[in-house]
Amino acid sequence: MVGPVARCFAFLIDLVIRGIILAALSLASVLLGFAGIGGGFFLIVLFVIEWLYPVLFEVFARGQTPGKKLLGITVVNDDLSPVTLGSSLVRNLLRTVDFLPLFYLAGLVTMLCNRRFQRLGDMAAGTLVVSTPASPASIEIAEVVPLAPPVALQRNEQTSIIHFLQRSSQLSEPRQQELAAILDGITHEAGEDGVDRLHRIGAWYLGMR
Amino acid sequence: MKQHEFEAEHRGLWQRVDAALEKPTQENNAEVLAEHYLRLCQHLAIAKERMYDAALVEQLNNRVLGLYREVYRYRAETRLNFYAFFWRDFPLAIYRHRFFILVAFIVLVLPGLVAGTWAYVDDEAIYSVLDSSDVRHMERIYDPEARKLGREREADTDIYMFGFYIKNNISVAFRCFAGGLLLGIGTLFVLFFNGVFMGSIAGHLTRLDYVDTFYPFVVGHGSFELTAIVFSGAAGLRLGFAILNPGQMSRLDALRQAGRDVVPMLYGIVLMLIIAAFIEAFWSSSAALHIAVKYSVGALLWLLVLLYSFSGRRHESR
Repeated sequence: MVGPVARCFAFLIDLVIRGIILAALSLASVLLGFAGIGGGFFLIVLFVIEWLYPVLFEVFARGQTPGKKLLGITVVNDDLSPVTLGSSLVRNLLRTVDFLPLFYLAGLVTMLCNRRFQRLGDMAAGTLVVSTPASPASIEIAEVVPLAPPVALQRNEQTSIIHFLQRSSQLSEPRQQELAAILDGITHEAGEDGVDRLHRIGAWYLGMR
Repeated sequence: MKQHEFEAEHRGLWQRVDAALEKPTQENNAEVLAEHYLRLCQHLAIAKERMYDAALVEQLNNRVLGLYREVYRYRAETRLNFYAFFWRDFPLAIYRHRFFILVAFIVLVLPGLVAGTWAYVDDEAIYSVLDSSDVRHMERIYDPEARKLGREREADTDIYMFGFYIKNNISVAFRCFAGGLLLGIGTLFVLFFNGVFMGSIAGHLTRLDYVDTFYPFVVGHGSFELTAIVFSGAAGLRLGFAILNPGQMSRLDALRQAGRDVVPMLYGIVLMLIIAAFIEAFWSSSAALHIAVKYSVGALLWLLVLLYSFSGRRHESR
């Protein structure tokens, strides 16, 4: 669930994009002649941008307007399935009410009053705005020769040793030695050798052969 | 099984899933997706249970989420069916909203009639609704001496007016609907205000005896336009009523239910107003057509709209 700040930024970005589209269109209309066909076309596009800009993007661009995409947030139904045309339409038409009395005050207040950060339109449409994090990269581990542990360890102990190996690049050498020293009853080594031995046991538990 | 063996065994499948999620346009057929989804759910559960590292769990979790989205996107896209909408969903939605439609109709028409009568009797009445320049302007448009009928002709072309009506009328309908969220008060206000506005104009023009220019102009598109405005009012009132009287549900659930139920109404309203704008721009404004033709076509359109609006009941009693 995404709070008001990210959503506000996404909205502002979209506002700028809408502004640019409108500016480009007014220019085109002036060239085409605002009076006739150009003017009618302009008014229809004005209407579409005013009311349907978010709907079109949410339905056809997988729940993301350009602003939302930049902020890494997505509109979904509250069962996390992709937003449908109907719910997108409802949530965006009701934007008018969320805007009241000024600058989305009603929307902000309702968002802060419920645990799912839904504005009024989201409540009626049954939609949520969620963040779409990128998948983390797989953890790279230095090549070490695996070593079978001298004693049988329990599952959580094994996991600790694996994590020790995986996070070794984030820990300073003295800190690693300090941590390894706790287990010198198993490794029977101290200092760098203890760390090295723990890494090798970790590699064995990870399944390296 | 060690983590590395697990990864090695399933890496092929994961790469295929990633490729399928990367290019969602390719033929992701539903059965394959569902199969992948089940497998990945299992992998995620295993990875969590065996406490494999956080990055792997997170990656699997994101694959599961992505597949879930793909599976349901499939459903969302196959759902739009114009035929079913036109012949069943929309009339049925109208039938189910009949109580709200009646209320919206009364709130639009009653003030309209009162204001209209007042404007018909009292020459000054119109000035409490419109300012004097607007009144003068309107009188000029419908003056029988004028050749071309219609509202403000900033431009001569009908296409311009088509765009103008689309933007104006659909915006009014959308606002009328959205106002329903304010416990229905916003909707009632929009309906009441529009009723008074249209009523007094009609009354005033009738008083001036501009009957032969005004009524043939409005009769054609009025069928679609007025009905659509009443429908948008009904949809708005449905939202407000759900909050006021949620029945057995929580207020939030009642509102969500209402939000789902009004969707066919919204589609219908937009369609009707596009038709209305089309008629208003290209038919109603035509000065070449005889008044009798306009009245007959107008009557026919009203008949069609009303017949259609009252046709929903048979879908309910299944």
